[in-house]
Amino acid sequence: MIPTRERVPIAAAIVAALGAALFILPLLGLLWTAPWTDLGHVLFEPEALMAMRVSLVCSVAATAVSIVLGLPLAWIQARTSFPGRSLLRALTLLPVVLPPVVGGVALLSVFGRRGLLGQFLDPFGIRLPFTTAGAVLAETFVAMPFFVLSMEGVLGTLDRRLEDAARSLGANRWTVFRRITVPLVRPSLAAGAALCWARALGEFGATITFAGNFPGRTQTIPLAVYIELESRPEAAVALSLVLLAVSLTILVIMRGRWLETP
Amino acid sequence: MRYSRMVTARAARKSRVIKARWALFGSIFLAASAAGGATVSVLAAASLTEAFRTIGKDFEAAHPGSKVEFNFAGSSTLARQIIEGAPADVFASADDENMKKVVDAGDVAGAPKPFVHNRLAIIVARGNPKRIEGLADLARPGLTISLAAPGVPVGRYAAEAFAKAKTPVPDASREADVNAVVMRVSMGEADAGIVYTTDVTAGRDTIEAVPIPEVQNVVASYPIAQLTGAPNASGARDFVAYVLSPAGQRVLASFGFLPP
Repeated sequence: MIPTRERVPIAAAIVAALGAALFILPLLGLLWTAPWTDLGHVLFEPEALMAMRVSLVCSVAATAVSIVLGLPLAWIQARTSFPGRSLLRALTLLPVVLPPVVGGVALLSVFGRRGLLGQFLDPFGIRLPFTTAGAVLAETFVAMPFFVLSMEGVLGTLDRRLEDAARSLGANRWTVFRRITVPLVRPSLAAGAALCWARALGEFGATITFAGNFPGRTQTIPLAVYIELESRPEAAVALSLVLLAVSLTILVIMRGRWLETP
Repeated sequence: MRYSRMVTARAARKSRVIKARWALFGSIFLAASAAGGATVSVLAAASLTEAFRTIGKDFEAAHPGSKVEFNFAGSSTLARQIIEGAPADVFASADDENMKKVVDAGDVAGAPKPFVHNRLAIIVARGNPKRIEGLADLARPGLTISLAAPGVPVGRYAAEAFAKAKTPVPDASREADVNAVVMRVSMGEADAGIVYTTDVTAGRDTIEAVPIPEVQNVVASYPIAQLTGAPNASGARDFVAYVLSPAGQRVLASFGFLPP
């Protein structure tokens, strides 16, 4: 039975309206300051196009890496039992709550030219800071936990009888995972990947700290917005609109999953 | 009957607690604003960080009861913050362009006064492992270069220097202020960067300077001004006067700044 909904109390309505205004007003402000008349012109300037290209490449690559590495991680966390499992889960969760700039400093301490591993990679010409691969790494660090967490939840609650049935018919674990588990979680996989991609697209702190701000190489849209705000505010606002439009699109596509009202 | 009395008593007790809480908040707020009365809030170019910290201490010693609060960042960042209404008393910019933006917005009281000059230098890792001898070498392939963003004074000065040297501005990571450029090179993540000569202080053992010849170099002129919205106008006047005074100029000279 669906519980009947209450009427809105006045006091709650006022406070809630303030809360909603906190989100809505800044977005309206962004639309209000947007250089609508030469939006096309501003967005098709080489710098803006370059930032959009870098953002697209890095966020898609980060999402791909997150799926390839994150799915087995989620599966192990959801399905297996081993000592240190809860510690592993906590560490996976850490980048979600860790300030991204700290993540950037941590990445430098490992992959920086004088870092823990970086000092051994550098002689071979393998360098991550200030490279597009470094930007992908920074975005993956921050975004992958969102994918792992959403997949872990789904994998944990999956009806296992289908997998057991496949196993009893002689399929090995890899075949079961590939032919049964993955198709079953595919809708959630898409949603988790979208969430992960959105987070990667918006990543700022870890990227600017670890990968620097190279136009055409590591300068993603958020970095361009930050750096352009002082010299060319109209470009910063136009690029902000792009990110807002992408976020809204993801929200609309995913509304069934994220916005369903109980 | 008894229940309603209980509720009233509880409500009264609760309201007393709330009143006590508000009184506490109120007194904290008053204490904070009273202490703020003698605070001079100074927004200063990142390249002034060390020199101004020393000047701030001297100023506090010379004006007992006063306190100087600094916010160091790229002058372009600070100019935007002032124009958008950041409450501050003094602005010290590393170039005239960003000061002019603030003046044009009507946020400067009186005329800005130039207080120091500065020059540019290339910084490299100690020992100069990549053998960088001048601006032209920065265009060499395979080098990682760090420069301030084009809107940041030292980024614009660097572009002028490259133009004078007839060398294109190399591909570089563009940083938000000069301290970030120094950080990139001193951590070894970038091979070279362009900063002010004052950023290469003796204390740093990770970087060294490669001088830029006189004909390619740029004179950076730093203006300082009191802001119209200054919450502490008299403190602002005193601080600007102190920076321009022989005592203030001596400190700036000791950090390598040139007289205006």
